[in-house]
Amino acid sequence: MWAFIHKLGSPKWFYAISARLQPWFWGLAILLLLVGSVWGLVFAPSDYQQGNSFRIIYVHVPAAILAQSCFVAMAVSGVIFLVWKIKIADMAATVIAPFGAAMTFVALFSGAVWGMPTWGTWWVWDARLTSMLIQLFLYLGVIALRGAFASRDSGARAASVLALVGVVNIPIIKYSVNWWNTLHQPATFTLTERPAMPVEMWLPLLIMVLGFYCFFIALTLTRTRNEILRRESAKRWVRELVADTDRRG
Amino acid sequence: MMAFDSFSALLAMDGHAAYVWSAWGLTALLLIASALHARSERRHLMQNLKRRQRREHHADRGKAHES
Repeated sequence: MWAFIHKLGSPKWFYAISARLQPWFWGLAILLLLVGSVWGLVFAPSDYQQGNSFRIIYVHVPAAILAQSCFVAMAVSGVIFLVWKIKIADMAATVIAPFGAAMTFVALFSGAVWGMPTWGTWWVWDARLTSMLIQLFLYLGVIALRGAFASRDSGARAASVLALVGVVNIPIIKYSVNWWNTLHQPATFTLTERPAMPVEMWLPLLIMVLGFYCFFIALTLTRTRNEILRRESAKRWVRELVADTDRRG
Repeated sequence: MMAFDSFSALLAMDGHAAYVWSAWGLTALLLIASALHARSERRHLMQNLKRRQRREHHADRGKAHES
């Protein structure tokens, strides 16, 4: 077990294994997102109350789920880096942050655009929306903090601590629709109950959620590899790898 | 079964076109931009590393000639 974790923490080993994994995740992401999009936009029936504006759900819900998963992934990477000093965890945290911020922005934007025809307003200061806006600022804070130090290690440690502290916002987002009276509807998917919509509506949504997850994994693998090239460029195995691709043209 | 009778009905979204397509458009834009950015980032990094190593290689050979 420990040997495995140690291996996983080695950039060289990660670079090799991720080279084999990433095409599968990219392929799966493209396939799922295409199928889910066509299904959700063209084939899913329109909602009897909301009409076709409900089709925003197929980007809003996956983005919101990803926004939170990314934050948790970033915080977990931060802990791994702080406790065991594993560099690859910090590289992952570095590349997850901007994607998580983008997904938070997509969730907020698509929510606002959905709110207009459904609630009659772009924005209300209710618990779910406000906690999500705070999450966007937390992401931006983590990104800014990382860049604010002269030494990469200090920036990495500060960003990890902020990500760890910011994780308290995650249960607040999750339970905000139950704790407070809000305009926002409760969760679409729960582990214990069947979704409150017909299968031809939630199945494409499930496919979109899986597609977003595959996209996130693929992007994180690819960009962590880039980060390895950037930070480990003086290492012998990276130099040999670069020379190798240079020879092959 | 398709939910729309025609392609123009799909585009119109029963009057909700502006909402549906702007939300979907931004999502598609950010996902595609992230993927393309990751690819060009890799290409740039590789090119820079290759150039630097070639330069160092030549510098080393120059030194070997002098001694």
